[in-house]
Amino acid sequence: MSTSPNGTGTEPLSATRPTEISRLDRVVIRFAGDSGDGMQLTGDRFTSEAAAFGNDLATLPNFPAEIRAPQGTIPGVSSFQVHFADYDILTPGDRPDVLVAMNPAALKANLADVPRGGTIIVNIDEFNKRNLSKVGYDSDPLEDDSLSAFEVHRVAMSTLTQGALAETGLGKKDAERCKNMFALGLLSWMYHRPTEGTERFLQEKFAKKPDIAEANLLAFRAGWYYGETTESFATTFEVAPAKLAPGTYRQITGNTALAYGIVAAGQRSGLPILLGTYPITPASDVLHELSKHKNFGITTFQAEDEIAGIGAALGASYGGALGITSTSGPGVALKSETIGLGVMTELPLVVIDVQRGGPSTGLPTKTEQADLLQAMFGRNGESPVPIVAPCTPADCFDIALEATRIALTYRTPVLLLSDGAVANGSEPWLIPDVEDLPDLRVTFASEPNATDGSGEFWPYVRDPETLAREWAVPGTPGLQHRIGGLEKQDGKGSISYDPDNHEAMVRIRQAKIDGIDVPDVTVDDPSGGKARVLALGWGSSFGPIGAACRRVRKNGLPIAQAHLRHLNPLPGNLGDLLRAYDTVVVPEMNMGQLAMLLRAKYLIDVQSYTKVAGLPFKAEELEGVFTDTITAARKEATL
Amino acid sequence: MTATDLGLPTLGGLDLVPTSDEPQKSKEYKSDQEVRWCPGCGDYIVLNTIQSFLPTLGLRRENIVFVSGIGCSSRFPYYMNTYGMHSIHGRAPAIATGLATTRPDLSVWVVTGDGDALSIGGNHLIHSLRRNVNLKILLFNNRIYGLTKGQYSPTSDQGMVTKSTPMGSVDTPFNPISLALGAEASFVGRALDSDKKGLTEVLGAAAAHRGSALVEIYQNCPIFNDGAFDVLKDKDEAERRLIPLKAGEPIRFGPDGDYGVTRSAWGGLEAGKVSEIGEDNLVVHDPTIEDTAYAFALSRLGGQDLQQTPTGIFRQVSRPTYDDQARAQVQQAAEAKTPDLHALLRGKDTWTVT
Repeated sequence: MSTSPNGTGTEPLSATRPTEISRLDRVVIRFAGDSGDGMQLTGDRFTSEAAAFGNDLATLPNFPAEIRAPQGTIPGVSSFQVHFADYDILTPGDRPDVLVAMNPAALKANLADVPRGGTIIVNIDEFNKRNLSKVGYDSDPLEDDSLSAFEVHRVAMSTLTQGALAETGLGKKDAERCKNMFALGLLSWMYHRPTEGTERFLQEKFAKKPDIAEANLLAFRAGWYYGETTESFATTFEVAPAKLAPGTYRQITGNTALAYGIVAAGQRSGLPILLGTYPITPASDVLHELSKHKNFGITTFQAEDEIAGIGAALGASYGGALGITSTSGPGVALKSETIGLGVMTELPLVVIDVQRGGPSTGLPTKTEQADLLQAMFGRNGESPVPIVAPCTPADCFDIALEATRIALTYRTPVLLLSDGAVANGSEPWLIPDVEDLPDLRVTFASEPNATDGSGEFWPYVRDPETLAREWAVPGTPGLQHRIGGLEKQDGKGSISYDPDNHEAMVRIRQAKIDGIDVPDVTVDDPSGGKARVLALGWGSSFGPIGAACRRVRKNGLPIAQAHLRHLNPLPGNLGDLLRAYDTVVVPEMNMGQLAMLLRAKYLIDVQSYTKVAGLPFKAEELEGVFTDTITAARKEATL
Repeated sequence: MTATDLGLPTLGGLDLVPTSDEPQKSKEYKSDQEVRWCPGCGDYIVLNTIQSFLPTLGLRRENIVFVSGIGCSSRFPYYMNTYGMHSIHGRAPAIATGLATTRPDLSVWVVTGDGDALSIGGNHLIHSLRRNVNLKILLFNNRIYGLTKGQYSPTSDQGMVTKSTPMGSVDTPFNPISLALGAEASFVGRALDSDKKGLTEVLGAAAAHRGSALVEIYQNCPIFNDGAFDVLKDKDEAERRLIPLKAGEPIRFGPDGDYGVTRSAWGGLEAGKVSEIGEDNLVVHDPTIEDTAYAFALSRLGGQDLQQTPTGIFRQVSRPTYDDQARAQVQQAAEAKTPDLHALLRGKDTWTVT
């Protein structure tokens, strides 16, 4: 770091003022401000500090779809919640212990989530008449007693930041923009966070604009010094590192993990990758990330539309590459016809759907799990495809490899259902050993295979075990053949309108998907089998369901938890598992789509609990649902 | 934003496709599938021409791929003993783009029709031309929907009475050549299904061109739009109407070359009697002119009514291709940074739990 006359020095920040230190096992902090206030960056940096310190963590970014909604309004509020702890946690937390509110809108939009006794740190400089009236405050909540239930810290963040940057020559407006780093500095001091990472980050991020880097560093340090020198903060807090499984960790978001999983899939299969895609929230970061890793033999094709994106991916797969397309729900709707072509031509293809709130454009930046039935059935004709879903941000890495395994082994499009919560959320990731990753190598057809001894190549001759057809890529001499969307004669692959053949082919395609080898689902029941209620989920609700189960068990009630990563086909042991419990409760962020599939397939009347608010379940909410379910089940049993 | 100058392509259209020393016959390009177009369909002649033309390229047959969409013409790949995919309506250019980008060793041909390419697939057509992917797009234009049995297409005459337009079509037709040029196509040509020699010449130049090549083929549908191009096939009429484009030669047509093309007062092109224009004022055809305005003006000489119909190569310019550049980036990236999965997964900020 450069030394400057006005405060930033090379020495690391170290606290000397004696404060009362309170040791906590977990803390939830929510940074909230205007969309232009840099709350996502602030939260992300604080998360990195927690990760570097060795806490377990989980995050929940929450931001509007508009790039810059009207300033100071409720729709323009952007927030980032980080939960960090000294033990393994499962969710970003239900309610913030600390709310950092950069303006009245941020306070108003988030106050209801703060528990009584919680800490609120406000930037008082934004609490002027104009901003208050913009969000409908008749009187200043900092002046009346409406916040008396909370511990409120009034900090003039804008003024203090401008003051700290007075000598940099930076304009007042530019200086004020650094106030998020002031807030970060203050919180970093309060929670004894390591600061080197943030300082290094700022220098790297603004390497080409040294004056901006300097300003941000000054603001960050000013916030830290503010905590250290003013006595309004009597207590600081410590959250010890978590006792996670041994190994090397990094912090990772779901979308990054998904992109890395694709890179790994390319390396482990030895195939070049073509990602054909079209920008769409919240999936675009997969494209952004993969476009940085072309050195791994990855081509990223930003197509003219969703249809061209998947078309190019399928074309690449036809040529022997690994074709991948990434999108969200509206994009899947557009890609449906090409997924059908992939089903018919039996080519490998990975279709990533980072689900968001729907229908139509819906809630682009919010989360939902309502594309399950679209993935399952959203095509013309009998068009089965395998479906997998990651349960945590880090699991996105493994699920990308699993989707590729299925696509390559069974020559089929695979639907990978991520969602906004896992995609943008982050957590520590135990970095795997490359050698331990699955071997995904494939063999292309090289010889004629006609079963009639004619010496021809027949594209629809199948592996008796997997029912996959051979993958004969253009350029292979003697194997010239034609495929397409018209029904094919089994084996030979010529166009066939024969009724019996169609019947057979429909059933073969279904049998191929039904026969996919998926691992059994495992059950978590620490009571050793006493639980009579099973909580079953899929996708990103793993965290809240797991956290809720822990709470229920802490209260002395047994409950079993199982989570599905394979939605089609379902694990072979699932039916028996469901039948082993008195009640199966299925929480979903949709109107009960998995519940519908389970009822149809197993004739078991699972209890569906649904929510479609665009936000993940809260653990306390599911705790209530599970407790009620157990109580009801017990009553029933005693009747 | 920074821009990188990637330079002009130095390769020809087929330079990365492996060749065969074995002499080839057109018969080898016929698949075992029975051809099922209607008797008298123009598609037969085009199929025969292409099956005769491909052996002259001397490519390994397994390195040729035909990708089609949906429609009568899109059955084409089934009849070719090469690799082929009969895909979905309008999407062949997108599928071919993914294939061509990942497989520079293939000669990739798209077969499409006026409905497939200009209606449902219009978006993919213009964008593949704009990107200049190394694809050869053969647009069979019969000015009608055939496979769905006779609805008007985006190239049908205004006022045309069809099954879906009993009172006459009120749609304005596309000029496919103008459209392609507007989409920055680097190669645009036109030929008649019945003109084996002319079509073969355009196909040869298209194959040799590095980048997207659009070839419009006027093709007769004997069932739903019979005779749409008859005026160009009648010897006397054709002589008056067809304007053969020959690079480096003054543009002349008509009996004894009495007519020619000159610059119009407003800066476009117009046809007239050579005796009135004067030999010195005839435009010498140059398909390599960068400015699309010239080729566009040529495309506007001929209207929907076929009164004047230029054939041959309108435009043939060299510009970087999408697929070459995309591959170059992958290669540059790999040269600049050895792929190391372990290092990627670790990233910069890690911590260790013991």
